[in-house]
Amino acid sequence: MPNPIEIEVNGKRYPVHYHPDAPLLYVLRDDLGFTGTKYGCGEGQCGSCTVLIAGQPRRSCQISVSAVVGKPVTTIEGLEKDGQLHPVQQAFIDAGAFQCAYCTPGMIMSSVGLLQSNPNASTDEIKQFLQGNICRCGTQPRIVEAVRQAAKTMQEGAR
Amino acid sequence: MSTIVSGPLQKPLLEPERYELTSGSIHHFDLARREFFKLLGAGITVFAVTKSVIAQETGPSHSFHPQDLPSDIRAWLHIGEDGVVTAFCGKVEIGQNIRTSLAQTVADELRVPFASVRMVMGDTALTPFDAGTFGSRTTPSMTPQLRRVASAARDLLIEAAAHEWNVAPERLKAADAKVTDPGSGRSATYASLARGKTLAQNLPAEDPVTPPADWTVAGKPIPKMDARDFVTGRHQYTPDLRPAGMLHGKVLRPPSFGATLTSYDDSAAKAMSGVLIVRDGDFVGAAAPTEHQATAALAAVRTQWKEVPQVSSREIFAYLKSNAESKADDRHRQQKGSVDEVLAGAAHRFDATYNVAYIAHAPLEPRAAVAEWSGEKLTVWTGSQRPFGVRGELADTLRISEANVRVIIPDTGAAYGGKHTGDAAIEAARIARAAYRPVKVVWTREEEFAWAYFRPAGVIEIKSAISPEGKLIAWDFHNYHSGSSGIETPYTVPNVLTQFHSVPLVLRSGSYRGLAATANHFARETHMDALAHSSKMDPLEFRLKNLDDARLRAVLEASAKRFGWPHAKAEGRGFGIAAGHEKGSYVATCAEVAVDNNSGVVRVVRLVTAFDCGAIVNPDGLRHQVIGANIQGLGGALFEAIEFENGRITNPRFSRYRVPRFRDIPEIEAVLLDRKDIAPAGAGETPIMAVAPAIGNAIFDATGQRLNNLPLVPNGLKKT
Repeated sequence: MPNPIEIEVNGKRYPVHYHPDAPLLYVLRDDLGFTGTKYGCGEGQCGSCTVLIAGQPRRSCQISVSAVVGKPVTTIEGLEKDGQLHPVQQAFIDAGAFQCAYCTPGMIMSSVGLLQSNPNASTDEIKQFLQGNICRCGTQPRIVEAVRQAAKTMQEGAR
Repeated sequence: MSTIVSGPLQKPLLEPERYELTSGSIHHFDLARREFFKLLGAGITVFAVTKSVIAQETGPSHSFHPQDLPSDIRAWLHIGEDGVVTAFCGKVEIGQNIRTSLAQTVADELRVPFASVRMVMGDTALTPFDAGTFGSRTTPSMTPQLRRVASAARDLLIEAAAHEWNVAPERLKAADAKVTDPGSGRSATYASLARGKTLAQNLPAEDPVTPPADWTVAGKPIPKMDARDFVTGRHQYTPDLRPAGMLHGKVLRPPSFGATLTSYDDSAAKAMSGVLIVRDGDFVGAAAPTEHQATAALAAVRTQWKEVPQVSSREIFAYLKSNAESKADDRHRQQKGSVDEVLAGAAHRFDATYNVAYIAHAPLEPRAAVAEWSGEKLTVWTGSQRPFGVRGELADTLRISEANVRVIIPDTGAAYGGKHTGDAAIEAARIARAAYRPVKVVWTREEEFAWAYFRPAGVIEIKSAISPEGKLIAWDFHNYHSGSSGIETPYTVPNVLTQFHSVPLVLRSGSYRGLAATANHFARETHMDALAHSSKMDPLEFRLKNLDDARLRAVLEASAKRFGWPHAKAEGRGFGIAAGHEKGSYVATCAEVAVDNNSGVVRVVRLVTAFDCGAIVNPDGLRHQVIGANIQGLGGALFEAIEFENGRITNPRFSRYRVPRFRDIPEIEAVLLDRKDIAPAGAGETPIMAVAPAIGNAIFDATGQRLNNLPLVPNGLKKT
C-alpha cells in the first residue's frame, strides 16, 4: 500500500495497513492488536468499543481510521501508567463492578471521558452519560458506585 | 408446516430446555497421567471418584493407561512443590464468578490461602468430563466434589507429615497451608511435604467435609479472581485470540429460516485476492486476511434461495395453541384430586390466559470461535457452556474422532443459557479445514439475534377456584410450548392438574436463564394476585394463607418486611409481590412502580428480592447474581420481544431490541438469607423468576389494568 496512514495509539505511532475508511475498531483490534476494545454491536448502540479520541469518548465502530489521523487515541490498554491503574480502573476493582466483564473496557473508557469533562458528576449524570453502554449481566448499580468512587479519588488526588 | 430447519448446517433441531436431555452422558478421560505430571511437575495429586478407596504411589516414569482410571472422575487437584494448588473441573466461567467461588471452596477445605489456588476449567484435554455449566448445578454438584478432593488431599498431607515425624496422624492439624503437631510445636508447609514426592490418591466416597458453620475462606465476599486482567483489557475472550497466520471466517446466511439454496455462483468471489470460499451443501463460508474482506467475498457470491412460508410474531400465540401435539406427554403431567369436578361446581372461579414472547439472550460477547487444525487434530477455542458437548458436535459434524478434538473455553462474555451449542465452533472448524490455517469466526450482532436460539414463546392457560374462606380448591394449569420448568404450584391445593404441551418449534429455541420457570411463575403469580384481589384479600396474606412451604414463606416475609409491605402509596404508584422456588432455591420479589397516566410510561421504582439458596458460598458473588437477575428480568418483564415475519427477525439490533439500560434500573435490594444448616444450591437462575409478576401486579395495583402478556408494556401502558 502506498503511503500508509499513521495513527497515534496510547502515545505511540503505528502505520495502518487497513483501508482509510475501515472503522477504527477493526484497525485497533485486528491490525494493531489492541483487543481490549470490544465489538458488541457495530452500530454504536452498546458502547463496548468506546475509546478516547483526543480525550473524548467515542464509539470506535462508528468512526473511520482516517478520521483519527493527528488525534491521539487512548484505549483501555493505555490507562495503566507504570504499573499503576487509573483511578477508574481501581474503582471498578474495589466496587466489584463487573461480572462477565466484557462491557468493562467500554464502561471504563466512557467513565474516564465523563470524569475528565465533569469531575463532579452526580449519580443522575453518570447514569445519563452511561446510557449508551450496555451491561447484560446487570452490574449497573455497582458501575455507578465505582464511577462515584473514582470521582472522589481523582478529586482528592488533584488537591 | 411442521418444523423450521434452522442454521446453515441442517443439524438436528434443539429441543426446548435442551439441558434436560443431556443426562446420562458417557464419561471421558483424555489426559494420560504421565502427561498430567509432565504438565504440573511433581507433587501431590488427588482424583475425585465416587467409589472404591485406592491409595497408590507412583513415580513420574511409571507407565499409565487411561483405562486404569475410574470412569467417574469429576474433579482433581494438584499441590505443587511450590505450594501452588491447581484444581481442575470441566465447568466454565461465564460471568457467574464460579472461578472465584470454586477456588474459595478448595482453599477452604484444603486450609490454604485463597491466593494460592488456581482453577483450570473448561478444557476437554485437561479437565474431567462435565455435561455443562447450566441448570444452577455448579455449586450443588461441583462444590461437594471439590471439597471431597481437597479433604482427601489434606489427609494425604497429614499422613505424609505423620510418617516423616513418626507420630499418629490423629494428633496433627492442618491450617494455613501447613501441617502442625500441637504436641511438639513442629510444623511443615504443604509445599515442603509435596517436595520430592509424586503421590496420587483416589478419593474415599464419603470423606467428611467442612460444614458451612466452620467455613473460613468460603462464605466470604472474595472479589473476582484475576480482576486486574478484566479492567486492563488483558483478559482474552475468544474474539480476542489471534494465533499466527489466522484468517477471518464468515458464513453466508440464508435470507430466511428454512430457505434452501437453488442456484450458486462463486466465480466473482473466488477471483478476489486472498479469499477462500468453502461450500459444503448449503453451507457457504469465506476466509480472508480481514473480516471486511471475508464479508465482501460473501457479498460477491451470487445465490438464489427457495423460501418457505413462515409463522409471524403477530399470529404466534394462536398458532402455538392450535398446534400442540395431540399425544399428551405424561412426563409433564401431574394430577391429584378431581379438578374438573371442583371447577364445575365452584362458586368462586377465575380463569385466564397468559402469553409470553420469544426473547433473546444477547450476551455482549457474540458467539465466536477460533479453530486450528494440525493434521487430523483439531483445537477450538470458543465461548460455550458445554465444552464436552461442543467437542461431540464437532466430531459428529466433521466426522472425526472425539479423541482428535480439543475444546478450550476462555472465560466468556456471558451466556445466560444461550451458549449451549457449538455453532460458531463448527463454522470456524469447517472453514479452517479447507484453509489449512487457523480461522476465527465472530458472529455479528445481527447474526446473534437471528441465528442463535431464543427463549421460546408460550401460552399458559389457568383455571382456578377458591373457597369462600380464600383457600385454593382447584388449580388447572397448561403450558403450551414454553416449557415445564417451575410448572408446579408451590401452594397447597387439593385438586390439581398441571400439564406441559409441546408444540413443534417455530423459531430455534433453547435454554435461557431460568428456563420456562420465568413464564410459569409469571402466569401463576399474576393469577394468584388476581385471585387475591377478587376475594378482597391482601396479595401477601392470600399467598401465606395458601402456603405451607416454610422456606418460601420465609422469603416472602423477608422481602415484604424489607419493602415495608403494605404501606400507603402516592398517586400513580403501585406495589406488587410474587414468589416461587426452583432448583433448590427460594425467591420473593416486591416491586414498586410509578405510572404516568398521561404518557402511559411505566417506571419501576424499586425492587426488593429476598433469596435463599442454603449456605452462602460468596455473598458478594451471590449479590451480583441476584441483582443481575433482577435487572435482566426487568427487560423481559417490560419490553423485550423478538419480532419476526416471513422467516426473518425484524428487530435484530440493539437499536430495535430494547434491553435494560442505566436509566431503566430502579433501586434494587437483595435480602440474602444465609441458611448454614442447608447445603448450598445454585443461584444463577431462580432470582429472575419473581421479577415480572411482581412488576405486573404492581401495575395492576397502580392502575387497575391487569396485564397478562410478557412483555408487559413494550409501548407503554394503553389508556383505559
